Amino acid sequence: MTRLALLLCLAVLVLFIASLAVGPAGIDVGEGLAALVAGGDGPVPLVMREIRLPRALLGVMIGASLGLAGAALQGYLRNPLAEPGLIGVSGAAALGAVLALQTGLAATLALGLPLAALAGAGTGVLLILLLAGPRGGSITLILAGIAISALAAALTSLVLNLSPNPYAASEIVFWMMGSLADRSMTHVWLALPFMVAGWAALATLGRGLDALTLGEDAAEAMGVRLIRLRLTLVLGTAAVVGAATAVAGAIGFVGLVVPHLLRPLVGAQPSRLLWASALGGAVMVLAADLAVRLVLPERDLKLGVLTAIVGAPLFLHLIYKTRAEMP
Amino acid sequence: MWGCVRLSRVITLGLTLAGAGAGAVAEPARVVSINLCTDQLAMLLAAPGQLVSVSDLAADPASSAMADEARGYPVNHARAEEVYLLRPDLVLAGRYTARATVDMLRRTGIEVVEFAPANSLSDTRDRIAQMAALLGREAEGATLIARFDAKLAELQATPGDAPRAALYHPNGYTLGAGTLANDILRAGGFANVAAELGHRGGGTLPLETLVMADPDLLISAETLPGASRSEEVLVHPALEDLRARHTALRIASPDWICGTPHLLGAVEGLVAVRQTLTGAGQ
Repeated sequence: MTRLALLLCLAVLVLFIASLAVGPAGIDVGEGLAALVAGGDGPVPLVMREIRLPRALLGVMIGASLGLAGAALQGYLRNPLAEPGLIGVSGAAALGAVLALQTGLAATLALGLPLAALAGAGTGVLLILLLAGPRGGSITLILAGIAISALAAALTSLVLNLSPNPYAASEIVFWMMGSLADRSMTHVWLALPFMVAGWAALATLGRGLDALTLGEDAAEAMGVRLIRLRLTLVLGTAAVVGAATAVAGAIGFVGLVVPHLLRPLVGAQPSRLLWASALGGAVMVLAADLAVRLVLPERDLKLGVLTAIVGAPLFLHLIYKTRAEMP
Repeated sequence: MWGCVRLSRVITLGLTLAGAGAGAVAEPARVVSINLCTDQLAMLLAAPGQLVSVSDLAADPASSAMADEARGYPVNHARAEEVYLLRPDLVLAGRYTARATVDMLRRTGIEVVEFAPANSLSDTRDRIAQMAALLGREAEGATLIARFDAKLAELQATPGDAPRAALYHPNGYTLGAGTLANDILRAGGFANVAAELGHRGGGTLPLETLVMADPDLLISAETLPGASRSEEVLVHPALEDLRARHTALRIASPDWICGTPHLLGAVEGLVAVRQTLTGAGQ
């Protein structure tokens, strides 16, 4: 178990440094890292500190958030198909963010953007839990997710189409697919407080989720307060997914792929899967963001495109596998 | 004596007009323009009453250098049906006007002339001449071109070295060699950083490449009403830092988009900035 943790930490560290080292400006790695630490005048420290550092940091933060949220949702619903992007939580967060931006709330209130995205994500999670019920049957979960995603996507498109700004409509793809291009430390500071609070909330769920594998009655008998567990899950997921989506758009499939790959390595124990998925999510988003910069550096390829290419076949495979259990 | 001279002048004038009338094809009487740039060229050159309608963009001050003039014309929205109902005998469109619209108008027997975008100052002169010939206003066209040339020569005569300027627009869009903006920059006495970096035509310039290029002047479009992520990059801390260390210019795009004499306004603005830049440097 410690080996897995060390391995994942090492992967995050390597990819984080690679993320700092890769960029169109062709800065020497050693020189760049020195400028990052030492600072100074001139363009190199500026590029390292204001352009590459926030991108790498956001990769870690958003990846960890999505991985963690996926593992927590899957643990609570006891369903491997639950994932913030697929069940519409990210889409609802994007709708909240777009509303905040287009109504001017984001400009007037310092934390307006992440708060609105959090409200959107929270609504999405609540709707899913209400519709799918406490056991989270696969069909109801997926159907509810499709409905919420579709509605949120349609409303996001509507809001952006109605914007007086001619660029807004072309940004629909950003909100649906996500990108870390040209983000700054402002976005890091905007997202970080919500993410830290969300991580802390979701990290407390471990024991409850472990107990829940034995069934709700057994969990309650073991002293798990299910109402409180559910509330923490909703708030924690809303905080991390809301903050992630507010600054980088909706990036799907991370919370699906990562817990699925790591589950056998942690003995299918939800509490261990939480931290492992957080680290694994960071690895996946950092790797995807590196890939978009190496494969098509000129095109601002969206992160969600890559994660979907990896994730969708896996999702189909999972559906195929769970088909037998479906009513 | 005076009467005699006057009489001969009137006769000469009459002959010239008759000659012109006989040589050229009958000029169109009802012209409709459905493209921002042809709107402006037509407004500059058309005879009174000849231009029936311009596109709605022409009346939008965020896009058009002649928004005030355009308010004197009924606007169209470049839709085939409304254009047809205006009964034009000539429709002016751009090369990139929606194909379906142009094809439909042609099927109804209306003559549609498509103008290629002007990608240089010499293209601009050609477009003016092309428009003047189409509208049967060659004399006005020649006058406009002569005035354009004279003013350009006057602006280009300002001495001094060429500082390096970069155009950086929403989504990191820049304009390199072979674009009208590149010619405007050069006429204003600046070297284009994007062209220096090997960019041809329009394209995106990564933010860090821009920061590393360290231009003397950073030119960005003014933000438009309503929020967009595309424009967020223009207030990125790295750009703000660049602005703090060098000179920055926020431009309104109308003067930069179309190949019309209004682009001289953009050149004039650049010349003024260059004078403060080189003046401060000396």
